[in-house]
Amino acid sequence: MAALAEEQTEVAVKIEADGPPTLLPPQAGDGAGEGGGGTTNNGPNGGGGNAAAASSAGGDGGTPKPSVAVSAVAPAGAAPVPAAAPEAGAPHDRQTLLAVLQFLRQSNLREAEEALRREARLLEEAAAGSGAPGEADGAGAEAASALLSRVAASAPGPAAPDPPGTGASGAAAVSGSATCPAAPGKVGSVAVEDQPDVSAVLSAYNQQGDPTMYEEYYSGLKHFIECSLDCHRAELSQLFYPLFVHMYLELVYNQHENEAKSFFEKFHGDQECYYQDDLRVLSSLTKKEHMKGNETMLDFRTSKFVLRISRDSYQLLKRHLQEKQNNQIWNIVQEHLYIDIFDGMPRSKQQIDAMVGSLAGEAKREANKSKVFFGLLKEPEIEVPLDDEDEEGENEEGKPKKKKPKKDSIGSKSKKQDPNAPPQNRIPLPELKDSDKLDKIMNMKETTKRVRLGPDCLPSICFYTFLNAYQGLTAVDVTDDSSLIAGGFADSTVRVWSVTPKKLRSVKQAADLSLIDKESDDVLERIMDEKTASELKILYGHSGPVYGASFSPDRNYLLSSSEDGTVRLWSLQTFTCLVGYKGHNYPVWDTQFSPYGYYFVSGGHDRVARLWATDHYQPLRIFAGHLADVNCTRFHPNSNYVATGSADRTVRLWDVLNGNCVRIFTGHKGPIHSLTFSPNGRFLATGATDGRVLLWDIGHGLMVGELKGHTDTVCSLRFSRDGEILASGSMDNTVRLWDAVKAFEDLETDDFTTATGHINLPENSQELLLGTYMTKSTPVVHLHFTRRNLVLAAGAYSPQ
Amino acid sequence: MAEEKKLKLSNTVLPSESMKVVAESMGIAQIQEETCQLLTDEVSYRIKEIAQDALKFMHMGKRQKLTTSDIDYALKLKNVEPLYGFHAQEFIPFRFASGGGRELYFYEEKEVDLSDIINTPLPRVPLDVCLKAHWLSIEGCQPAIPENPPPAPKEQQKAEATEPLKSAKPGQEEDGPLKSKGQGAAPADGKGKEKKAPPLLEGGPFRLKPRSIHELSVEQQLYYKEITEACVGSCEAKRAEALQSIATDPGLYQMLPRFSTFISEGVRVNVVQNNLALLIYLMRMVKALMDNPTLYLEKYVHELIPAVMTCIVSRQLCLRPDVDNHWALRDFAARLVAQICKHFSTTTNNIQSRITKTFTKSWVDEKTPWTTRYGSIAGLAELGHDVIKTLILPRLQQEGERIRSVLDGPVLSNIDRIGADHVQSLLLKHCAPVLAKLRPPPDNQDAYRAEFGSLGPLLCSHVVKARAQAALQAQQVNRTTLTITQPRPTLTLSQAPQPGPRTPGLLKVPGSIALPVQTLVSARAAAPPQPSPPPTKFIVMSSSSSASSTQQVLSLSTSAPGSGSTTTSPVTTTVPSVQPIVKLVSTATAAPPSTAPSGPGSVQKYIVVSLPPTGDGKGGPPTSHPSPVPPQSSAPSPLGGSALCGGKQEAGDSPPPAPGTPKANGSQPPGSGSPQPAP
Repeated sequence: MAALAEEQTEVAVKIEADGPPTLLPPQAGDGAGEGGGGTTNNGPNGGGGNAAAASSAGGDGGTPKPSVAVSAVAPAGAAPVPAAAPEAGAPHDRQTLLAVLQFLRQSNLREAEEALRREARLLEEAAAGSGAPGEADGAGAEAASALLSRVAASAPGPAAPDPPGTGASGAAAVSGSATCPAAPGKVGSVAVEDQPDVSAVLSAYNQQGDPTMYEEYYSGLKHFIECSLDCHRAELSQLFYPLFVHMYLELVYNQHENEAKSFFEKFHGDQECYYQDDLRVLSSLTKKEHMKGNETMLDFRTSKFVLRISRDSYQLLKRHLQEKQNNQIWNIVQEHLYIDIFDGMPRSKQQIDAMVGSLAGEAKREANKSKVFFGLLKEPEIEVPLDDEDEEGENEEGKPKKKKPKKDSIGSKSKKQDPNAPPQNRIPLPELKDSDKLDKIMNMKETTKRVRLGPDCLPSICFYTFLNAYQGLTAVDVTDDSSLIAGGFADSTVRVWSVTPKKLRSVKQAADLSLIDKESDDVLERIMDEKTASELKILYGHSGPVYGASFSPDRNYLLSSSEDGTVRLWSLQTFTCLVGYKGHNYPVWDTQFSPYGYYFVSGGHDRVARLWATDHYQPLRIFAGHLADVNCTRFHPNSNYVATGSADRTVRLWDVLNGNCVRIFTGHKGPIHSLTFSPNGRFLATGATDGRVLLWDIGHGLMVGELKGHTDTVCSLRFSRDGEILASGSMDNTVRLWDAVKAFEDLETDDFTTATGHINLPENSQELLLGTYMTKSTPVVHLHFTRRNLVLAAGAYSPQ
Repeated sequence: MAEEKKLKLSNTVLPSESMKVVAESMGIAQIQEETCQLLTDEVSYRIKEIAQDALKFMHMGKRQKLTTSDIDYALKLKNVEPLYGFHAQEFIPFRFASGGGRELYFYEEKEVDLSDIINTPLPRVPLDVCLKAHWLSIEGCQPAIPENPPPAPKEQQKAEATEPLKSAKPGQEEDGPLKSKGQGAAPADGKGKEKKAPPLLEGGPFRLKPRSIHELSVEQQLYYKEITEACVGSCEAKRAEALQSIATDPGLYQMLPRFSTFISEGVRVNVVQNNLALLIYLMRMVKALMDNPTLYLEKYVHELIPAVMTCIVSRQLCLRPDVDNHWALRDFAARLVAQICKHFSTTTNNIQSRITKTFTKSWVDEKTPWTTRYGSIAGLAELGHDVIKTLILPRLQQEGERIRSVLDGPVLSNIDRIGADHVQSLLLKHCAPVLAKLRPPPDNQDAYRAEFGSLGPLLCSHVVKARAQAALQAQQVNRTTLTITQPRPTLTLSQAPQPGPRTPGLLKVPGSIALPVQTLVSARAAAPPQPSPPPTKFIVMSSSSSASSTQQVLSLSTSAPGSGSTTTSPVTTTVPSVQPIVKLVSTATAAPPSTAPSGPGSVQKYIVVSLPPTGDGKGGPPTSHPSPVPPQSSAPSPLGGSALCGGKQEAGDSPPPAPGTPKANGSQPPGSGSPQPAP
């Protein structure tokens, strides 16, 4: 099986490897069990949920799981086939293939089927030596037909409310993969077929007890938990919410409307306040018909709610339920909850509260165990023309001697290989161009003039206010050298401003370019058209609000993501659109360039984040696993990892190399809207609608700090260049500065904490807060530290 | 955070009647109750689903308000065609109507004539987005520039004033905003701050608040000097700028004590010196301070009120009382006092009642000179219709006699005569509109004479004039009723919604500017002259089966319960607080859409909607008042500095008002006529 899986990987490579060889070579996964996340392309909405279901199976390779994973494929058409490739470690690829084949046949996508089969057979022949049975196609497909009913069944509801229009657009992506031109239209019909099978998803709710007894069951358990010992009570209280949800859904599914209503009325007040958003969704869900296509419901259904409970507490609960013969609750616990039992002392209420809050409970302990190379890559050695440097130094300071040792220290730091750094070529990175080197030299020079920040030396903040934006500013980005500012607006435009005296100029027309003497020294200057010089350039092309913008590190490109489902790459030489990356189909909330350029990541309403390379019109990786929209995406400074923050209130860290989810951080109580890595790559800061900023240790996979103070969504976060200060900007119209050094010192990273994940957060937000700066009713949308550690903040003035 | 478990989730569903109404509008009659119920559930669920999705777009758009485009995008997610025609306005004027146990929110759809749109000139192109940079903070300190919010928000100033022990020293950047934030933040957050905020308390239970030294920075000192000099200087342009600065600049609160002292001392000195021009300038400063929305003036009202009162009731304000127009100053100051009352009077400080008492006392006194008399009456009259009704009207007869004795009697002194003349015109001006409202229309000279004595005939003619003017006004307004917009929801019924003929420019009432008050005036409106409780709203629905009638108003009643029979009020009101709007809704019934709108079978509904009372609506013609800016003497010599110095010398003979208590001169003997010992 494993061998076959390997071969399949090859297939995938073949399918997708039309491009240059710079592609990431997908490798066999390290078997972290999270592989499911990486593979599935998913349907517009529910796919992620399914993938999570697959991953929650812990990689046991049980038969139903693969089918679930495939099911996600169904609504979006066959596009995922290549996308499924990166996932190599998962054992169920064969079934996946079979299921896809079957699906293609059902959808009359002959050509696609043929093509796929050809590839697969090729593979299998190659794999024959390794003893893989060659039954992959016909017989296998037949065998898989039973399985396929499941596939269709679990094709999640989101497909249902999608009339053929969406299907077709999904299919458009399919035809983009050049295998099945016949796709459009038919996919839609499949989507319609899926509808009745939603019941299969819910089938687990079929077994029902006496609806009138539910309240009794629940209050019985409540009584038991409330009367248990203090140390157990906090832990067992975690059960309330998932039980409440599932019992309610069960009642609704079995059409006991009135019982459901009174059950909800009676007990919803007991739930923790941070579940309010989900409860609101649930409260509107009162009929079985509503359950079709309700995303939140599907999330609950398809993913197990994870609880961490100590063994003692669990035994207590088990004994109680058995004594009471409370089968109803026991069934739910068995079927819908995943109880992660640990040995040792039960956790305290504070410890639990810090970690819970996400849509599907806490992260499992195993989820955060895999090794993460959080160190920085070695900086390439750049031959700094020393005399030039000295000259510069003399010109400005007149004492070049002081500069030299400083430079050396910087150089030596980067020369030493960080033990936690990934191998230099773990993922292929673009070659440095001459211009990049020049920029690096500039950067180093600026570095020497950098202000050392600290609690006694706070940075100055320069605020760029967008006036007359009429609440239309949706995204901002600033180049690394702070020379350009880009704004994405609700009116679909992207505007680029130059904030230095240097105006924005575009390159001359082709005819004029041919007249230029290409040998001249100032050719780069000559190609620019002086007539076009202006401070502001407007980029038209999107057809919906622009929610994300990101400059490439070399300032030649700009990425923008929009409600129209595309990510666009703009040239800042010609100020035209170069590529429209289609794939998300739904609003794309965020996009960001890798710190080394070339790659970029995007995340959107379809619950996945995608990794792209600028020269490929299809994604290289699809990071699936979030249970709700991916709101923000950020690259790790070493470009080997991508962090995503989601509306399911979790933060995930993905390995770019193999697409695996390597960290799941839970603890936020609201959708996450901002992320940032510390410059040394060790820490991650995340901000959410709950106004809190949480700090995470990536290496240990632990929460290490909580910064309270903001009263509204934290929209922007940024560490200073040396990592001493964390700046946060919020919808509450404030910029706050936090002492990051103090926040990260003397961390509790002993073995016990690391092993159990039990954290004790110090309540020291107030000590860490260094400054609060109110703006005049201007939400702070973006923050940026210049190379000399001046803070640039940006936002649109919104008159009250 | 987890402790507070208060969830308020209400499972709201649309009423099934709305389903019926929708069905009717689609031409489906007799829809079954059961079907309605099912539809209701489904529709409610879908609407909620879409609203939840729309919220997502709001959050991602970094906005605090949901817009119509958010809903469009949410619909697009569900692959539903968006609703066209709803633009993302700042404020969508949903209107509310209820009556007969039914409540209705509706979006007013006006029928627009296309030619109107074509013919109207194009609106101005909105300004393009632009980028502006400023320093939010310089090495940890926030500079006090107009781009930044005021260093201390009004709430903080208030907190400092009311809870001095808790407040941090002004200028401590971090603590200030934090504390004010803390009130809005989650209670859990509050705990941490409480611990930190008052370090003063830790020293010991008996430690008093350390004397806070309000040091002004050099820039502030310069600013203060410039501003005060400009305010009392000779250059009118500079003064206008300075006043504008006082009225708008956000960072003045640290200078407020100085301004307050400057004004009160200045008034003292200049009353003694009878320098009318300077008094006017100082009053304009008071006005500017009151107009500044970022200042918390409560702490200084006790200094300002005596100064302003002095300018109203002082026996002599100018060197040549027979020539100089000190009456304008009294009028202006009276309006200021009224504004002060309105803003700062509470049940605990009783400013209004104390001021009223002061005025009445000095008026009632027989020996009061005419100037003081004028001031007292002006001050009372500005306090509103209620005060006029209860305090001035009953004394009209008596006062009329006094005036007559001066005017008709032997000429004793020219000054008295002028004074009496002014008092008379003042009384007429203020009492006529009130009487016009109080008394039923037939204005009989004799009846007036009987009631008001010698002033009667004049009063009568003024009342007639007032009525005529109101009627005219109403007519003009009726023509423009098409442009009714929704009044701001923030509007509340103020304590005295008097439409006194104020000059709008002088008395700035927040919220009232944006209010299209004039459109609210209708001839048909029955307006209770006294503040009425919010009127009830009616929906009157009629199914007119009659063939020909196009419009049939069944009933129009806007009687406010509790306010008695106010409907008898005549047509000549200037500001009705209730404006009925008749909305005609015609919907087709089961019959196929009829061709003629008034054809048989069509149902016509008249929805009578009454707007909430526009609290401080100012109706009437914007009577142009004499500008209170008349610089009488062309060269006002004493500058601020000298005025202050002089003040200290002169202040010896009058006890300064006790600090801390907003003293409203109530204790001053009215005979003296002014809180200042007259020269």
